[in-house]
Amino acid sequence: MFPGRFHYASPRALDEAVELLQKAEGEGKVLAGGQSLIPLLKLRFASPSILVDINNLPGLDYIKVESDGAFRIGALARHGEIERSDDIARLQPTAAAAVPVVADPIVRSRGTLVGSVCHADPQGDWAAVMIALDGSVTAYGPEGKRSIMVKDFVTGPFQNVLSYPEIAIEATIPAPKGDVAGGFLKLERRVGDFATAGAAIGLEFNAGRVSRAGIALTGVGGATVNAEAAAEALMNSSLGSDAVMRAADLAAEASSPKSDHRGSADYKRHIVHTFVRRILAGIATDQERAA
Amino acid sequence: MTQTADPRAGAPAPVDEIKIGGLGASRRRVEDNRFLRGKGNYFDDIVLPGMLHMEILRSPMAHARIKSIDASRAWAIPGVRLILTGEALATRNLGWMPTLSYDTQAVLATDKVRFQGQEVAAVIADDPYIAKDAVTAIQVEYEPLPPIVNPEQAVAPGAPIIRDDKLGQTDNVVFDWEVGDQAGTEAAFATADVVSRLQLHYPRSHPCPLEACGAIADYDRATGKLTAYLTSQAPHIVRAAVALIAELPEHQIRIISPDLGGGFGNKVPIYPGYVVAILASILTERPVKWVEDRTGNLISTGFGRDVYLDGQVAMRKDGKILAVKMNTLSDHGAFFADAQPSKFKIGLMHSAFASYDIPYAHMASRGVYTTKAPGGVAYRCSFRVTEAMFFQERMVQAAADDAGIDQAEFRRINFVKDDDFPHRTPYGFLTDSGQYNKCLELALKEIDYEGFLKEQAEARKQGRLLGIGISTMTEPLGAGNSREYDILGIKMFDSAELRVHMTGKAMLRTGAKTQGQGHETTWAQIVAHELGLPAEDIVVEEGDTDTAPFGMGTYASRSTPVAGAAIAMAARKVKAKARKIAAHLLEVSEEDVEWELGRFYVRSQPARGVSIQETALAAYSNMPDGLEPGLEAVSYYDPPNLTWPFAAYVCTVEIDPETGVWDVLRFVAVDDCGVRINPLIVEGQIQGGLTEAYAMASMQFITFDADGNCIGSNFMDYLLPTAWETPGWELHEVVTPSPHHPIGAKGVGECATVGGPAAFVNAVVNALSHLGVRNIDMPMLPDRVYEALTKRTDVSGAPPVKTD
Amino acid sequence: MTSLFEEISDPTPDDVPVNRVAITVNGQKRTADVEPRLLLAHFLRQGLKLTGTHTGCDTTNCGACTVLMDGKPVKSCTVLAVQAEGREVVTVEGMASGSELDSVQEGFKDEHALQCGFCTPGMMLAARALLNENPDPTEDEVRFALSGNLCRCTGYQNIVKAVLWAAAKDRGEDPTQAVEKYTAKQKGANQ
Repeated sequence: MFPGRFHYASPRALDEAVELLQKAEGEGKVLAGGQSLIPLLKLRFASPSILVDINNLPGLDYIKVESDGAFRIGALARHGEIERSDDIARLQPTAAAAVPVVADPIVRSRGTLVGSVCHADPQGDWAAVMIALDGSVTAYGPEGKRSIMVKDFVTGPFQNVLSYPEIAIEATIPAPKGDVAGGFLKLERRVGDFATAGAAIGLEFNAGRVSRAGIALTGVGGATVNAEAAAEALMNSSLGSDAVMRAADLAAEASSPKSDHRGSADYKRHIVHTFVRRILAGIATDQERAA
Repeated sequence: MTQTADPRAGAPAPVDEIKIGGLGASRRRVEDNRFLRGKGNYFDDIVLPGMLHMEILRSPMAHARIKSIDASRAWAIPGVRLILTGEALATRNLGWMPTLSYDTQAVLATDKVRFQGQEVAAVIADDPYIAKDAVTAIQVEYEPLPPIVNPEQAVAPGAPIIRDDKLGQTDNVVFDWEVGDQAGTEAAFATADVVSRLQLHYPRSHPCPLEACGAIADYDRATGKLTAYLTSQAPHIVRAAVALIAELPEHQIRIISPDLGGGFGNKVPIYPGYVVAILASILTERPVKWVEDRTGNLISTGFGRDVYLDGQVAMRKDGKILAVKMNTLSDHGAFFADAQPSKFKIGLMHSAFASYDIPYAHMASRGVYTTKAPGGVAYRCSFRVTEAMFFQERMVQAAADDAGIDQAEFRRINFVKDDDFPHRTPYGFLTDSGQYNKCLELALKEIDYEGFLKEQAEARKQGRLLGIGISTMTEPLGAGNSREYDILGIKMFDSAELRVHMTGKAMLRTGAKTQGQGHETTWAQIVAHELGLPAEDIVVEEGDTDTAPFGMGTYASRSTPVAGAAIAMAARKVKAKARKIAAHLLEVSEEDVEWELGRFYVRSQPARGVSIQETALAAYSNMPDGLEPGLEAVSYYDPPNLTWPFAAYVCTVEIDPETGVWDVLRFVAVDDCGVRINPLIVEGQIQGGLTEAYAMASMQFITFDADGNCIGSNFMDYLLPTAWETPGWELHEVVTPSPHHPIGAKGVGECATVGGPAAFVNAVVNALSHLGVRNIDMPMLPDRVYEALTKRTDVSGAPPVKTD
Repeated sequence: MTSLFEEISDPTPDDVPVNRVAITVNGQKRTADVEPRLLLAHFLRQGLKLTGTHTGCDTTNCGACTVLMDGKPVKSCTVLAVQAEGREVVTVEGMASGSELDSVQEGFKDEHALQCGFCTPGMMLAARALLNENPDPTEDEVRFALSGNLCRCTGYQNIVKAVLWAAAKDRGEDPTQAVEKYTAKQKGANQ
């Protein structure tokens, strides 16, 4: 309940933030929504020498949809703002399905998507969504900007590839080349619980067939699981029952859960299977209806 | 035109009891006025001049010998004023303290730690941040010992002795205890057509009030007086215990229990943190505040349940129960610290089957030590009645299934009949009253039992899993009487002191202690009912041992049955005196004075009267010769029997066969708690109780892994349902007044938590009964339900947690 | 926050970081020198003696410490006091204006939506935030919006009623009728 001592700075410019981190020689931490970091500080699981609060950096709180349909989400866009975004609701079904089950409503008014992806909790929601959507993170550092695919960004439990003192400033969902479909399901024991198991799926269709597919899983491995083979199995299909079952089988195979108080490894794998199937079945129904 | 003379001509209109906030009024709560404005007065809101802050260092291990404690780095931190270890306490004979069950408990560990989270050292500093810095800087060297997380491990050959501190303790058994007629039971079993057997585990749970525990100890060297603001449901017990433990004279100890953010049994025991804070204040001569954090609360303070049942029911073919056998095995953690009447080692577990007419029963109970937190508190129940009723209703359902009889019909066959009271229960209690069948029938009608059974059969054909569960309960509420019930030798009565001021306003103090039950509102209603004073003219105070009359506090739903009765009796004493004053004022003899609510009048002359307020004025300004001035009374009430409320709960559920996730479709509750003082508050108690029942059935529990690590030591794993998961409750009532309570009321605060869980479990098991599933241990997490329905087996939830 | 009539404490050691903050709390600008690690909840409770903001857990789950920051509900145990610099904070003490209670407070009293009172301040502020955004919520919307706040006493049913009561009052409708409508619908509602 009582964090250890640290210094605090609230820069007004991005370069200043990077500089502050650099001065801290690896001991600094970026504070955005703080909904994972501050609990860690309170439990004294983290003890940075300085917190560089980016909440007062101008112009990072955007949720933008480009003319080509790409989404750009700034580092200070809160979950709650994504939840209320008409553009997300209209155009990005995977994110729209995920956001109401991220943490709880009060945490959502503070926490950020970019922060969640950086936090890289193996049971987190956003990294799975972003991997399923081929999303990427934009990092800003002394060398300038670089873009990293989220599937390459999250490397392990609470680990990402940011190179200190880089700051993640944006998440991007690329422009779709077909009709967008998707979904997100997670088994949580209660609102605000981390996932026992969950699945994010992002698809694009061209002429009734899947032209892009992404499936990512949460809660079933040491890091968010990119179920590439499962996604591959859907390519060029029209989500017939064979393709759906094949994808569900491969997704379950891709997961490597541990048995614990949330359930056995077999159960979690089964949940992945069920959820992948349910999301795809739902999309197939929508597609039929649309056709 | 003839006119009948109005017998009340000239008399004021009768007082409307509901309007003055008397019995039966859904009076809005008085205490809300401060809570709504953020002006409650919880102990952590209190700041005393010069106050220091305490933080506790806890053991990371379940079982380990302490090799060394090095606090030198902690002492070096500016702002640290005192560091206490077990060794320091031992020099003052405070290393160990008595528990409420005649055992001992380490205050700060000296020899070894016996559960994860045990108190090892304490730091007192200028602010809690510094105290935490210092706690983190203390280095303790441990030598690990094998953990024991269930009774099987505890009694296994070669198991390490957990309580090697106790002379003569050669194993991990706390007690063996039995009750009932063993020979009669065996004989009845021998004649049975059907014997039904059920084994299960009621998991460890924690009362978990939203405010954790804590204290501010303030010792004044100049006066020799200790004042402690402390989260206690029973401040007078604390005063007695502190007098014994700290060797301070009782008149120099003042325990103040301010507003409590819930209790549910968690705030009955004396915890090491209180004792250390008191010692720290004595040593520093400054006020010391200790605020327990949530982890400290969940990992170390009084839990509830953790009992294993092996139960058997002997029946005739027609479903009539002939006898019941219950063997219980209970896990008490490292210290036997149950808060319970001393005569009964496993609480009132033997209240089981009190609502059924059963001639013979026997119970054998064994308690064991494990390397888990101590407790066994009455978590929203009257001392293990939650387990008793859960076991009863789970056994009844299994028995009905085994006999091939509908579960509702099976209960009808075996219920105690309405005209059979008082009734001797199979384990020897005497129940006072009830209309069991009426309650059940109302519940079945409201849920459309027959209709649901048809719907269930149809749904099954389509692969959908619907279930319906019934749970009925009666609960012994309101301990004592003093012959049977005491805690540490102190008899379980309660008290009230009523002072009516000159202007007819009044102050009422009791030995109970509200934690959200609304005593400030309802106690005034009892006085309003007895005296006709408007409830708003009566202020209620509780929790300060310097001013409140001695009482045993609030837990086990005893406030209304005992303190509530004391209030009625104190009011009646006041009324008796007021009658003498009224006779004086009306210039008639006392025998000619009649009473109607709020007013005395001369017999057959209703217009000649004086109000209760007028007698109050006279008590201070115009008292009759020979009568003491003043208008006040104290009553200590020792109840002749417990009160026995009844409830019938019916729940319908649907299970998702692919995930094991289950949803409550409907929940109908019929409660008979006798006369309801404030229906709004009674309903609030039932809704809250049902929610705790749902919590235990669905998600809330504490478990342990094989290394003795506590799982459920914070809100990320100790799951309390939110508004989103919690179902809606449909409440109904039946009223059977208690024949021996002054106003006919019975306890109610805990009925729903006690009776609720079995309704959920019976419903889920009912949905799976065609697959041969007889039991899923609570909480019925989706993975457990899925395992049961796919493997068609019972599912045990006993620790340790299964890992790869 | 030192004043001549507060306790005189030892000067802060030089190596302890301290930041000055100015926060508008319940309409009043408050300035203080604080350690960056001080949680907003502690700033309000200990610093400003606004003890209506409670803390019930260590893990950002219970929501008892919920306050409004720039109109949004936040868990004040998971915001640093320094982060509230320049912002507007509303606590339970700022809900009523003088003797006039906020409609949410009135609804909580009328519908018996509190027992021990510990979760109440956070619960009411979460409800206020909901009603500011959605003046006519359904039962589900109320339950969803309050799912970041734990209550141990009430079972939530009366809290839902209280919020519907307040919403009706805010809309100029008869709050009692709105609750009665809900109660009538409640029967079998889980179906």
